[in-house]
Amino acid sequence: MVAIHDLVQITAQEWEIPKTFRADMRVPVRLFASRALLEQIVDDRSLEQAVNAATLPGLVGHVVVMPDMHQGYGFPIGGVAATQFPHGVISPGGIGYDINCGVRLLVSSIEADAAAPWLDQLAARLDQYCPSGVGKDGLVRATQPELERLLHEGARWALKQGYGEELDLVRTEEGGCMDGADARKVSRRAKERGLGQVGSVGAGNHFIEVDRVETIFDPETAAAFGLRHGCLVAQIHCGSRGLGHQVCTDYVQEFQAATRRYDIHLPDRELVCAPMDSPEGQAYLGAMRAAANYAFANRQVLTHAIRRAFEETFAGKVKDWHLRQVYDLCHNMGKIETHTVEGKAVKVCVHRKGATRAFGPGAPGLPDEYRTAGQPVLVPGSMGTASWVLAGTEASMLRSFGSSCHGAGRTMSRARAKHEVRGDALRRDLETRGIKVRAGSLSGLAEEAPCAYKDVDAVVEIVVLAGIARKVARLQPLAVVKG
Amino acid sequence: MPFRELEHTADRSLRVWARDLPALFSEAARGMIALAGIQAAPAPRLRRQFETSAPDAESLLVAFLAELLYAAEHEKQVYHVFRFLHLEPGLQVEMEGSPLVSMRTNIKAVTYHNLQIRKTRAGWCVDLVFDV
Repeated sequence: MVAIHDLVQITAQEWEIPKTFRADMRVPVRLFASRALLEQIVDDRSLEQAVNAATLPGLVGHVVVMPDMHQGYGFPIGGVAATQFPHGVISPGGIGYDINCGVRLLVSSIEADAAAPWLDQLAARLDQYCPSGVGKDGLVRATQPELERLLHEGARWALKQGYGEELDLVRTEEGGCMDGADARKVSRRAKERGLGQVGSVGAGNHFIEVDRVETIFDPETAAAFGLRHGCLVAQIHCGSRGLGHQVCTDYVQEFQAATRRYDIHLPDRELVCAPMDSPEGQAYLGAMRAAANYAFANRQVLTHAIRRAFEETFAGKVKDWHLRQVYDLCHNMGKIETHTVEGKAVKVCVHRKGATRAFGPGAPGLPDEYRTAGQPVLVPGSMGTASWVLAGTEASMLRSFGSSCHGAGRTMSRARAKHEVRGDALRRDLETRGIKVRAGSLSGLAEEAPCAYKDVDAVVEIVVLAGIARKVARLQPLAVVKG
Repeated sequence: MPFRELEHTADRSLRVWARDLPALFSEAARGMIALAGIQAAPAPRLRRQFETSAPDAESLLVAFLAELLYAAEHEKQVYHVFRFLHLEPGLQVEMEGSPLVSMRTNIKAVTYHNLQIRKTRAGWCVDLVFDV
């Protein structure tokens, strides 16, 4: 176990587990957290998992952990690790089973006060048009050739089918399509699982949410992002569904042997990895990017469904009911990027597991209109609590491989949450606070109770004080749809 | 029951124990089915065989449980009775079950996190972490 006294405090919000903590560490671990947040997480195994991640071959800089960190499997959730390209390793477990799980934010110019009488209808339509819950099929049943194209084209595929508009792609990480996707490296079984799930939310902590822009902290950046005080916005949180889960399952299994072949010794078998320039590493990269494209297409189809729900609810009642995309970002991904490490530009594979890319102003790959502001960083809170829109900074490029937090972060197990919270009571409580809830399962609702998560405001405060993101706007939830 | 849930902040974890390896695999499967809140129909009876090879028992266990997850999620089939014909070095198992009625929790994957099948005085034991 790692204890707080094993950490060296660098600043009020930054801590280090030195490389000397354990003999097999190749780099130190840097954590962004307050003492209070550290005390909340020290009882689970996230710090130990961060130390384990610091043993991967080819790491550069340090392993970074965000303040929403919590115990995962292999990597901690909130972990960022960069390995040298192309000889360093790639670790499927360091990216996770839900490849390209991510968040998309859409904005409107509908005043929340004016929309209030129709919020119930809107929630019902979102629930009807956005399939959510365990085992639910998606809006689109792709044929085999369509799926092959989707895996290579990502959100562009969805656009070609009529789901969305060009600006959606411009305002999506990687333009909604990862280069280098290779559908041939995706197993038959993964494809079978993916055929029927395009346009589905899934279960667990995935959701569709409607919020009101409650506070604007940076009017100029908010204007660049299209955020208007008091207006409705919509968030989507979901990923690559069964196809992505199967891709990761396949490669974690296959890499068990690869790790032995390349004589790599690891403290946890979930961290299995292979050099990026090996046949195994290349195969996984191709499959992972294809799964990422599936997730982009999935969120694109859901965007269309949300726009339909907004149109049917608000057409004729407000002047402009259209939803414009702010951004779509990934928080479970491996990306080849160039970062400055010890004063030198180094090409690396950044593993982000429950961490968001947060590129600063002028960074490559940002839409032209965000070049000055920096990348929108979307931080959904726990159900019923605020969400945040932040912007990436120059400091994030230097200190966290251009990354920031991805949410509030759990503090309580799902079993304990279900024991302590009654789903029906929680729903009543949320409704009393003016939040419409459509949930497929009351026990699933209880698992996601706000008390099972950290305070998202405290998490955001840390990344802002640490300088790796800055506040743009705070969102207040009005309606939640989940499985 | 020869399994119990362990605390895990975000995912789900099970401790499973049994007198021998085939029983450990069977109980791990039943534990996972219970954890996912899977309900199976009483009939019709379904049968299938599963074979795989792997260099160690842990990999066989992950592959076996992943097969059951796939059958439940994608094929809507639940298997809970097992007859192991071989287990180590290769796994060969005859499985019996019935159609899926409902599933409460979506288990995304069976992980290798800290996975180690241990010999105990009473038999065998393993802790499993599932991504949910």
